[in-house]
Amino acid sequence: METLEQIRDRVAARFPAAEVAILPNPSPAAQSSLVLGVRHAREIAAFLRDDPVLRLDYCSNATGVDWPDKEIAETVQTRISTADGAGERMVDQKVKRLQPGCLEAVYHLYSVSRRHGPVVLRMRTGNRTDRVTLPSLTPVWRSCEFQEREIYDLFGIVFDGHPDLRRILMWDAFRDHPMRKDYVEPDDYEWEPTPHDAVLAKAGRHRPTASPEAPTAGS
Amino acid sequence: MRADLNVPAAGNGIAAPPEAFSVDPPAPFDSTGPRIRPVRDEFHGDLLEVSMGPHHPSTHGVFRMVVTLDGETIVKLKPVFGYLHRNHEKLGEATTYLSSMPYTDRLDYFCAMTNNWAYALAVEKLAGLSVPPRAEYLRVILAELTRLLNHTCLAGFLLQDCGASGTPLMYAFREREKILDLFEALSGSRMMCNFQRFGGCRVDAPTGWLDAARRVAEGYPRFLDEFEGLITGNEIVMARTQGVGRLPAALAISAGVTGPMLRAAGVAYDLRKVDGYGYYPRFDFRVPFGGDGDTYDRYMIRILEMRESVAILQQALRDVPAGPVMDPKARLRGFRPKPGEAYGRIEGPKGEIGFYLISDGGPNPYRYRVRAPSFVNLTILEDLCLGHTVADAVIILGSIDIVLGEVDR
Repeated sequence: METLEQIRDRVAARFPAAEVAILPNPSPAAQSSLVLGVRHAREIAAFLRDDPVLRLDYCSNATGVDWPDKEIAETVQTRISTADGAGERMVDQKVKRLQPGCLEAVYHLYSVSRRHGPVVLRMRTGNRTDRVTLPSLTPVWRSCEFQEREIYDLFGIVFDGHPDLRRILMWDAFRDHPMRKDYVEPDDYEWEPTPHDAVLAKAGRHRPTASPEAPTAGS
Repeated sequence: MRADLNVPAAGNGIAAPPEAFSVDPPAPFDSTGPRIRPVRDEFHGDLLEVSMGPHHPSTHGVFRMVVTLDGETIVKLKPVFGYLHRNHEKLGEATTYLSSMPYTDRLDYFCAMTNNWAYALAVEKLAGLSVPPRAEYLRVILAELTRLLNHTCLAGFLLQDCGASGTPLMYAFREREKILDLFEALSGSRMMCNFQRFGGCRVDAPTGWLDAARRVAEGYPRFLDEFEGLITGNEIVMARTQGVGRLPAALAISAGVTGPMLRAAGVAYDLRKVDGYGYYPRFDFRVPFGGDGDTYDRYMIRILEMRESVAILQQALRDVPAGPVMDPKARLRGFRPKPGEAYGRIEGPKGEIGFYLISDGGPNPYRYRVRAPSFVNLTILEDLCLGHTVADAVIILGSIDIVLGEVDR
């Protein structure tokens, strides 16, 4: 199979306006991924499927990943003027930067006819609250149908162009998206008083020989 | 012998029909009481929506099909599931890598050994661990035993769905029990085996276990011959399954259908050959594939695969070397793989089972994803059932081979 760089270059040559970047994977698996811009993602997916060399006709796995907002502490060198006003010097300064979070959809593609793979595609939403729409790849690979419904259900990514986007594992009236990192379980714990005292007292009344040490509550 | 067969014969030797034989006239229409609305006649012709399940014996668990019927013909089918959903993936992210291993047993509870292997393989890819040869052989032996067990049960359940009540299923369960005994002797548990570890297997096989496995493998072809003699050429089975639920190869690939379902559709795609994971390239076996992609092919593929599994088992049990079963460098406690991600997949009995893991360097996976084969294989259930009857939908679902523990996760 072509390397990911070759695939990236060919995609960039075919779709000059599209954003395609490689996200390296430092683990020994070395399965790096292509990060696609939202606007041309479906055309690029169809290109990868129909390209005679790649022919990635099989989308094995589609899933979501939640990346919450992250505070990053950085050391930045800044230039300040010295106290006597004569010159400037460099000072290390600790800066806290907020890296905005996003939701990510990940697709693992293989080729059944060419017997190669995987090529990993990723798409990212604008943020985690109101810009959570991504283009659906179900028109390209039918196997995304249920898996994108699952991503919508558990992560809350809305797939534009999906034929039947409903919840699939949780029930329809459920409100939240449980696989998000900041999901809080609803506080639906119900304490139910169990009438042990009454039961034990009744049992004591039915003893064949009523004795003073008949079981009482709490014994 | 019924009395009305004793009517005098007519001149041509054929018994004349009894004159008393008649159908009761239909009861007068009562507009006040409860009545059954006719599904389709010249006045109505409308559709009926039937909810099959979740508590229905033919749905193999708590699975629901909302079926829209035109007469008895299915015109729409929507699968509804999630009744067993416990957010397995969230649990996996809340526990350490090792603690997820017993949970994977509960995904597809027929195939705990292959679930374990798929998860172990993904973690080994993520952390770059190696597996000693004896453990690789044990994994192949256990995976093929699991395949035998799963396909045997599936054939039994499929016949049960066809209406062959009891006997084939009990024959299948008799053989399954022998394999479960082997699993129990090895791992201490019949179904929830929790046997594989990252970098090997939990324990070595006890004394005499390999001989017992050899005896099971040697006896299996005899059972297959017996089972096939009853089922494969059976006219009723053929009439019920041939041409029912045809799956075209192009749709199967696009819909991500894997495993025996895909091969029955005529696509010879087996990860044991394609990926060559584990020690599978060392074994001599063939990949059967079908032509029509109908329910009969899906049954037949599994029978043929079982024969190949027996061949793999015999080679593996002959060649299994001595040695350790755990990589000495593998650390089970305090296991923290370096940041990165990995997708590992194996050919489970139901199809491609994959695990996608993202590590952020901590003791728990940042993302833990299960690619469940029967979940994805359900995508084309509606396509297979359209135009068939409810009774066909039952056996089509049976031939897809779902386990709800894995579908719902």
